[in-house]
Parts: sequence; C-alpha cells; structure tokens
Amino acid sequence: MSSLQPPAQRLWWKQPLDRLEGTWIVLALIWCLFMFAMMPYWHIAGKQNISNEAYRTTPEQYSAKAQAMVDKYTVRTLTDQQLPVVHPPAESDVYLVARLWQWWPLLELERGKSYRLHLSSLDWQHGFSLQPLNVNMQVIPGYEMVITVTPDSSGEFTVVCNEYCGIGHHTMLGKIFVVD
Amino acid sequence: MSTNALYRTCPSTGLQYHKSAETLMKANAVAGVVFLLIGGILALLVTLTRWPAVHLLPAVEFYQALTAHGIDMLIFWIIFFEIAVLYFCSSTLLKCRLATPRIAWLGFALMIIGSVTTNLAILKGDSSVMMTSYVPMPANPNFYLGLILFAVGALLGCFVFLGTLVVAKAEKTYQGSVPLVTFGAITACIIAVFTIASGAIILIPTYLWSIGYIGHIDPLMYRVIWWGMGHSSQQINVAAHVAVWYAISAIVFGATPLSERVSRGAFLLYILFLQLASAHHLLVDPGISSEWKIFNTSYAMYLAVLASMIHGLTVPGAIEAAQRRKGFNKGLFEWIRKAPWGNPVFSGMFISLIGFGFLGGISGVVMGTEQISIIIHNTIYVPGHFHATVVIGTTLAFMALTYFLIPTLFKRELIWKGLARWQPYLFGLGMAVFTLVMMGAGTLGVARRHWDMAFTGAALGYEYPGSAYLLMGLVGISGVIAITGGALYILITVGSILFGKKIDVPGYSEERSVALRAAPLESHGSIGVAGFEAPGTLVFALLFLTIFVVYYAINWKYLASVWPLG
Ligand code: HEM
Ligand SMILES: [Cu+2]
Ligand SMILES: [Cu+2]
Repeated sequence: MSSLQPPAQRLWWKQPLDRLEGTWIVLALIWCLFMFAMMPYWHIAGKQNISNEAYRTTPEQYSAKAQAMVDKYTVRTLTDQQLPVVHPPAESDVYLVARLWQWWPLLELERGKSYRLHLSSLDWQHGFSLQPLNVNMQVIPGYEMVITVTPDSSGEFTVVCNEYCGIGHHTMLGKIFVVD
Repeated sequence: MSTNALYRTCPSTGLQYHKSAETLMKANAVAGVVFLLIGGILALLVTLTRWPAVHLLPAVEFYQALTAHGIDMLIFWIIFFEIAVLYFCSSTLLKCRLATPRIAWLGFALMIIGSVTTNLAILKGDSSVMMTSYVPMPANPNFYLGLILFAVGALLGCFVFLGTLVVAKAEKTYQGSVPLVTFGAITACIIAVFTIASGAIILIPTYLWSIGYIGHIDPLMYRVIWWGMGHSSQQINVAAHVAVWYAISAIVFGATPLSERVSRGAFLLYILFLQLASAHHLLVDPGISSEWKIFNTSYAMYLAVLASMIHGLTVPGAIEAAQRRKGFNKGLFEWIRKAPWGNPVFSGMFISLIGFGFLGGISGVVMGTEQISIIIHNTIYVPGHFHATVVIGTTLAFMALTYFLIPTLFKRELIWKGLARWQPYLFGLGMAVFTLVMMGAGTLGVARRHWDMAFTGAALGYEYPGSAYLLMGLVGISGVIAITGGALYILITVGSILFGKKIDVPGYSEERSVALRAAPLESHGSIGVAGFEAPGTLVFALLFLTIFVVYYAINWKYLASVWPLG
C-alpha cells in the first residue's frame, strides 16, 4: 500500500523522472502555453472581445441617460404595457437598463452598423444573455459596461436574464430588433 | 503527551486507528452523508422542475430548493467528508494520535450548528439567494451567520490536522517523509485555510450589512472576493479527490507513484497557483481589465491545469505499472481489461478519474478562456461543467472510498454487495450523460438557475429551439438515473453501518507501531513497452489531448460566428 506509506527512498526527490512523465509534461505544458497565447492573439486578430470600457454610475444617473435616449429616439411602442422601441442612430450611445424584471427599452438597430451599447442594473445583479446568438454578459448595479456591437445578422433577438434576480427572474425578457 | 491514547490495528489492512480520531472520522463522514441525502432529495425536486415536461415545483419553491441543494451538497456534504479524510490522512496514515480531539469536536459542533442555521434560514423562505448570495440581493442574516460558523468549525478541523502533523513529526511516528496521500491532504488543507480566510473577508461584512451595521457592499468587490473562496474551495475538492485516487490505487493495486517528485510537484503547483484562478468566474464582468483576466485565468490557472493533467496521467500510470508488475503486462491494455471492474472501490475511482478529466476538465478550461466565456457564462453549461467536477470527480471518489472505509473504519461488512457493484456505474454514467446534455443545452442558450424556459407569463416571449427542450428532457431523465445511483449509495452505506455483519477485530490498547517506508521496488526494466512503463496510459492521455484540442477549436469557431463585439 505504497502511496499510503512514506516514500521508499530517503531522498525521493532525486528519483529520476520517468520517460512517460517527462513526455507528458512537455506536451501538456506546450498546450497550456498555446491556450494562453490564444487570448491575447484574439484581442488582436479576433472580432469578439470583452470590452474594457466601464464606468462607475448610480441608478439615478444611468436611468436619466436611458430616459433621454428613449425620449429622443422612440419610434413605436409594443404590448399593452406600451414598452418603447428605440431606434438610435448608428455609432451612438445606446442604454439598456436592467431592472426587476425588465430589460428596458426595446431596441431597434441596423444591420452592419456599430453601436456603443451600455449595460447597467438599477437594482440587483442581472445577466444579459442574447438569444439565439448566446452572447452573455454580467450586469452589475453601480457599474456601466460599454460594448461596441455590430449586429451582422438581422431579425428578432431576445435578451434573457440569466443571473438569478428573484422571483420574477424567469419573466425578465427584452428585445433587440435588427433591421436591414 | 500521548500517554493514554488508545489505538487499534485493522487486521486486514494494517491501518492503525487512534480511538478519538476514529470516532471523529465516523461522525464527520456520517454528517456528510446526511447532507448528501438532503441534497439528493433536493436534487430530485430541482431536476424534475428543470425537466420541461414535468416542471414539478412552483417558482418560489424551485429557487428555494436550488439554493439549499447547492449549499448542502457543495459545502456541507463535501466539507464534512473532507474533514474525515483529513483526519484519516494524518492520524491513520501517520499512525499518530490526533492532536487535540476536543478542539476537533468543537469544530464539528460549530459545523453542525452552522449548517443547521443556514438550512433553517433557507427553509424560512427569505434566503433564496442561491449559494453565491450576490449582493445587493439580501438574505436572512442567519443565512450568512450559519456559513460563517460552519467555516470557523472547518478551520478548526484544518488546525487539528496540521497539529497532528506536528505531533507525528515530533513523536517520530513515521519514517522519512509523509506519504504521497498525506501530502495531497496537506495541499487540500493549505488551500482550505486560504479559502476560509477569503470567505471570512467577504461573509462577515455581508452579515454585518444584512443586520444593518454596514450601509453598502460593492457588488463587484463582493464577486472578486467571494470567488476567491468559491473557486479555491473547488481546488480543495480537487486536491482531496486526487489524494483519494492515489489512495485507492494503493489500496486496490498496491500502486506506487511513478515518481514521488512529479506527483508531489503537481500538488505543489496547486498550492502555488490555484487561488488566483477565481478570475474565470468574472470574465464577462464590467470594470475588470483584460490583462488581469488573462493573467489570472491562464498564467495562474493553466499551471494548475498542468498539475491536473499530470495527476490525470500519473494516477492511471501508477495503476498500470502496478498491474504490469503483477503480470498483466501483455500489449497496451491488458492491465485495464483485467482490472477489478466489479469492485466499487476501483470502478468508482476510475469513473471519477475519467469523468473528471474528460468532461469536467476539458469543459472547465474551455469556458475559462477569456473570450469563450462570452458564449457560456451563466448558461446551464456551467452547472453541466461543475457536476462533472464535483459530482463525478469529488463525490464519486468519496463514494468509492466509503466502500473501503466501511469494513476497516466502521467494522461492518458491506450489505448488498451485488448492488454495490452497480452503484458507481449507475451514478457515474448517469451523471456523465447528465453533464453532457446540460452542456449541450447551455450551448443552445438555456439559462442556469431558471424556473421556466418557456417564459410563461412574461410580457415578451421567446421560444428556444426544440432541440433545447429535448436536451432538457434528457437532463431530467439522466438526472433521475444518477439520483437513483446516489440513493443506492446511501441505502448501502447506511444499511451496512446499521445492519451489516459486525467484523471482529482486536480491541484497543496503548501499543502502537511506526509508519514504515514503503518497500523499494525492483528495477523497472522488465515491464512496459518501448521504454515506457505505462504505455497504455500514454495512449489514453494522447486521446484526451486530441479531444481537448478539437473541442477547444470548435468553441473558438462558434465564438467567431457571433456578432462582432469589442
Ligand atoms: C445525482 C445527483 C445530482 C443531480 C441530478 C443534480 C441536479 C442539479 C440540477 C438540475 C441543478 C440546477 C441547475 C440550474 O437550474 O441552474 C443543480 C445545481 C447545483 N448542483 Fe446538483 N445535482 C446532483 C448532485 C450534486 C452534488 C453531489 C453536488 C455537489 C457536490 C451538486 C452541486 C450543485 C450546485 C453547487 C448547484 C448550483 C446551485 C446554484 O446555481 O446556486 N449537485 N444540480
Ligand atoms: Cu434579471
Ligand atoms: Cu434574472
């Protein structure tokens, strides 16, 4: 029962490396280094990266900015709750509010145009999960994340909340419509 | 002084038990199994709710049960059992009396009080915050208080373990260096101390916040520090179950490590690098720079990953070498074909090893890649991944060890040996399917911690593809199969302890022996193929690496297909 006993050799650290182990350590290390290199490489060559732009904010500041955008660019409303659908100009700042239990407002974007999408929460933590693309971001109150998005497919996309946020969590949906 | 410590020696294994340590190991293991039972019942309720065609619980009860399931399983079941493992690896393997049994009992009492307190808070209904309890969503103060008490108790257990090592050294109860398995337990213990410190740093202020003494806790800071605990505690589990793998290879095959240096070096890498890996939970958080994320998720984590890849080779490698020495030296795979597949101690351990590596390990590294996290974060892929690590990996390894402990520690024969043969397969393979289909559903965007994938009652709707529903149905079916395997484990172990045939062993005395060095092996030369002692293991390892590379590439390809983001 040897791994349960003190090592046989007094100077066990001088025991030579087995060939099997040596081979594997080299292979595994190369693979780990390759995986490490992939991340900085993707920042340079890849198109999908996590934004490093973020600000501290407060619920008041953030909702004021969102309200201003809604006042200016609402094009229609949806459902009997009159949810505003906002069509902001390309390249502009677009504010999406996460709050119990809504993604507000609904957005209408143009395909191939870029937008500065801001994300923050007014209350608890939420999860931005864009379906069916499956793009996921953590949304934290007090922090405003800015992501530059360039929708390259059109249609109706749904924002599901995938950070548990209380009893209405599973009803918290939003929409992003991408038009040609 | 050790004047009146009492010991007994198990006649079939030669292990020596210090009486106080023995009782403590039993108490901790039994407490763990009780929480496994509670967590298992909750698992059934949660699984039947996530199975769309059944959708058993109402929403409130679902979130409540899910909170309790996560905490009872991941914290209470695992840590109670780990404390028993720590005492075994110190007192029993070093043939030493346990240091300060009274403090060990105090720790045990705190852990019991803490776990009951937290469970009562969840039961009350105002603490359905999930085990991560992200602020500012509040829980009942007792929810945090119970966790703090539990952590203090576990910390005392760690100190008793470390104290026992000191006693063993001072009283020269063993020759040379500590055994490899004990070395693994030391690794687990050191990480545990770090983990509990992080836990205290975040949970104590959160508790004060919940009772109104502190006005605000920054939610991002909470996440960073909470995961300093939440992630490193998973490394305790990894170090502990790897130690159990080594222990079982020694128990079943008499296996010796291929080289002590490599196996211990790999444990050392865990100690050095695991703590920082908490970054991979924060990869899509705002306000944390990419440099920090990449450094911590890779430099730090990949050296720990390297360590796991090493153990993944050296554990089966040691088994292969031992089998070949016994004469199963034909071809590449005779050693594994002729392994005792009907012995649940072995089959449980081996399924744990394979499942942990191929399912938990690969998925964990892939989703811990900074950019790939974008397509996985908080989907049900995540619980898919960690059920492969903590359930197939840790839990199944502990189950396998229990089958060994029942005769030697509890002095009872196993009941239902025929069923016990099948238990690891039912549990391990059921779980393997469960984790795979969960990961599949996550790839299709199904959210974790979510009561209703059909979004009934929502102002706006969304319909997942039919395949997502199919996969979640399979989650239900395979989950129920795995739970049946878990129930069998509890029936067999509790049944054996209560009703198993008593094994007659010599009684306690003050006499004790010294833990001797392992017998040296004759030179390697005679076994293996092409200069490799364990060529079959190398083939498995290369297969593993191939799957890893392919799956990694697939995920980058999938990522490249989503909208440009930056
Ligand atoms: C056969 C056994 C088990 C089954 C069928 C099972 C099933 C599940 C299911 C369906 C979920 C919910 C996923 C979601 O909606 O987000 C879940 C969550 C979880 N399970 Fe298990 N589980 C089992 C055993 C275990 C064990 C043994 C552990 C720990 C050692 C564990 C730890 C967890 C944790 C930590 C969560 C996450 C809770 C959270 O999101 O806060 N489970 N499990
Ligand atoms: Cu939400
Ligand atoms: Cu939510």
